[in-house]
Amino acid sequence: MTIDILQIVGLGLVATFIVLILKEQKPSLAFLLSIFVGALIFLYLIDQIKLVMDMLIEIASSAHLNNVYVETILKIIGIAYIAEFGAQITRDAGEGALASKIELAGKVLILVLAIPIMKAVIQTIIGLISQ
Amino acid sequence: MSLDVNTIFQIAGIGIIVAMIQTVLKQMGKDDWAQWVTLIGFVVILYMVATLINDLFEKIREVFLFQ
Repeated sequence: MTIDILQIVGLGLVATFIVLILKEQKPSLAFLLSIFVGALIFLYLIDQIKLVMDMLIEIASSAHLNNVYVETILKIIGIAYIAEFGAQITRDAGEGALASKIELAGKVLILVLAIPIMKAVIQTIIGLISQ
Repeated sequence: MSLDVNTIFQIAGIGIIVAMIQTVLKQMGKDDWAQWVTLIGFVVILYMVATLINDLFEKIREVFLFQ
């Protein structure tokens, strides 16, 4: 399924006009609509992202890379995407403090996921030094 | 794609119609009913949005290899 950039831009423009109209009547529904459109655009993009990710996995497997590392990197990218999405929605609703907490949670979880990789790097370095 | 774009117009339509019904009910002096109509409209749209976000999270989980 290929998606034109024009389609996405058109969707965004139409949604913006509808949100502007709806905001005068019901601000909460306008906010829900903007969340909906954001999720919709993300949903279209995820198919394209899947192509890139499949390519990355293929390259990694052809280079005989350890599968754990690739999986960790993919998870980190996924966490970054989700945290960004949530933080932007929250910031749109005017809750900047909550948005920065979501971003903080994303950073901490990424750090936790990176622990095994960092451990491996440090062990390698220590091995080099003791030689 | 067309289905999802239809949902955008559905949400806009529900919003405008709910606003109209609310105005009419308020003119009739039934403020509590107007409140209920607003709440129900909000819940219906929230259900649509929640379904789509659930879809999105499932897709993300699938693409980025979360179990």
